[in-house]
Amino acid sequence: MLIQQLINGLNLGSIYALIALGYTMVYGIAKMLNFAHGDVIMVGGFTMLVTLTALGASLGANPILLTGAAVLASVAVCTVLGVLIEKIAYKPLRNASPLTVLITAIGVSYFLQSLSLLIFGSNARRVNDFFHLGNIALGDVSISGNTVLTLAVTVLIMIGLTLFIRKTKTGRAMLAVSEDKGAAELMGVNVNRTISVTFAIGSALAAVASILYLASFNSYVDPYMGSLPGIKAFVAAVLGGIGSVPGAMIGGILLGLIETITKAYISTNIADAIVFSVLIIVLLVRPTGLLGKKRMEKV
Amino acid sequence: MKKVLAIAAAAVLSASVLAGCTGGTDQSAGGDTVTIGGIGPLTGDAASYGISVKNGGELAVEEINAAGGINGKQIVYLYEDDENDAQKAINAYNRLMDQGMQVLMGTVTSNPCIAVADESVKDGILQLSPSGSAKDCTKNPNGFRICFTDPQQGEKMAEYIWNEEKLTKIAVIYDSSDSYSTGIKDAFREKFTALGGTVVTEEAFVSGDKDFKAQLTKISGTDAEGLFLPFYYTEVAYVVDQAKSLGLQLPYFGCDGWDGVIDQLKGNTEAIEGAVFLTPFIATAEKENIAQFVQAYEAKYNETPDQFAADAYDAIYVIKAAIEKAGEMDNDKIIQAMTEIEVDGVTGQMSFTADGEPDKVANFAVIQNGEYIIK
Repeated sequence: MLIQQLINGLNLGSIYALIALGYTMVYGIAKMLNFAHGDVIMVGGFTMLVTLTALGASLGANPILLTGAAVLASVAVCTVLGVLIEKIAYKPLRNASPLTVLITAIGVSYFLQSLSLLIFGSNARRVNDFFHLGNIALGDVSISGNTVLTLAVTVLIMIGLTLFIRKTKTGRAMLAVSEDKGAAELMGVNVNRTISVTFAIGSALAAVASILYLASFNSYVDPYMGSLPGIKAFVAAVLGGIGSVPGAMIGGILLGLIETITKAYISTNIADAIVFSVLIIVLLVRPTGLLGKKRMEKV
Repeated sequence: MKKVLAIAAAAVLSASVLAGCTGGTDQSAGGDTVTIGGIGPLTGDAASYGISVKNGGELAVEEINAAGGINGKQIVYLYEDDENDAQKAINAYNRLMDQGMQVLMGTVTSNPCIAVADESVKDGILQLSPSGSAKDCTKNPNGFRICFTDPQQGEKMAEYIWNEEKLTKIAVIYDSSDSYSTGIKDAFREKFTALGGTVVTEEAFVSGDKDFKAQLTKISGTDAEGLFLPFYYTEVAYVVDQAKSLGLQLPYFGCDGWDGVIDQLKGNTEAIEGAVFLTPFIATAEKENIAQFVQAYEAKYNETPDQFAADAYDAIYVIKAAIEKAGEMDNDKIIQAMTEIEVDGVTGQMSFTADGEPDKVANFAVIQNGEYIIK
């Protein structure tokens, strides 16, 4: 029982972690909360639905090719969408007050939801199963193959992302922009390009999260599917220390575990209340989150 | 003065409504027509319910008008959008009263229905809700409904599971953010416990949740013999899919919100094979009046009618029966007549109690080979 619940929690947590990575990168580098991030997940889900349906007839005989094509399409669409959102909605506001950018982000979120409501309607739609991995039975515990896949992908992505930021030129440019935008620009870093790349990576991660989310919980997409996971992942990012990549990972996993364990052993009725109380307590005790860096405010 | 204005407005408006119709409807207004108003959400989250009700009612009105109307009077059918909002429903009600509404078929959803009930009781007209299932929808003497109440559904399912399936230990998952789901759950627990059974665990979720694995894992650790899922088909599909991936196999039981679950699962129904739920209406039932209704509805709207369309279709025929029984357009006589009529509708043979509740037999549908079968 306990082991099964821990696995459930790890599964949920690794999806929160993937979404939180997107939040945290954008916040760390562009210093803004991209509340439309959850809705990019929704777009990724619908892209899976559309490509699987459209290509099902021609590639149906080869499930690996079909799934691969759908995954690629989903990642590509989300990446382009992320860059577009940044160029159209956020770039003109680069020097505006943070509140303006925040409200614009909420606007983008509603825009994406309404648009997909118009195109697809409000009913949840089933995406046909795309990962056929079966269950692994270990004694009394049944682990679904998708859970293992989700965990593995999340860990790999976190390692890859950390290496990318530390070792590559673009990664170091990101760090520079996050430290001091003005100074980075003076040193010859292309700030606009760096922020675009950040949005591209964050949105690609949202697509991956979306695919794993569909694979592990249900195969249904609807226009509001991104909002609740988006908010929970935001909590995870703050919990881990917003701006920190390993922090997002730890925050996500912790949040998933807390939520599942609360549901299992305390009460399903107050699970969300407990999850959000954790956020409040962490912010009271450690305002920068678990792994967040303290910033000196210059007066 | 107000009345004169209302009649004048009714004459002008119903004339303009009729002018828009094709075919030979009676052009004179006032005493020669019966004005039935409908209110329900045509836009917003609950739009699919309101649209079904509008269509189902419209079909019945057309049939009745083609067959000569009610006591020789043609029906004027007006329908207003309330967006599932209590204040907008009251505005819609006032607009309809200004247009001379004599009977209200509505509203579709519970909260607006309760709000409108407080208005309609002042005017004294018959209010017949096709689908408002909260207890208070019929709290006033002029309020009636076609559908079962939430508690009635819970009680009927408890009796069914105890008497027919002979199960004694049931686990329940319910939507704690929805009064429909909690209403059914509470009545179910009360009845099932009174019968001698045990509700081994009650697990909650809130609308929008998609992860049910914690609840399901917890249930798999109990000695439950069956799982009662009193909520809408969207979440039912999540639950059965996730139960399958956890290897949990229990018989499932549900409520009328399950209508649509097979489409939702897109043919992946093996996880839900043998599940039983209570429903007022199944489009594939082999009853003559149902088959005719489904055929006519599909021909007109290009989709299969759901229970909301069926409830509304019956509601219009119930209104017709009540007016015919009353013999004249007198509010008190029509309301009195409601308790004296018996109508064989597409949602079953029904009569009404003075409390406004329908007295009808519950149908149980079982899911077999990807189809709903009436038990």
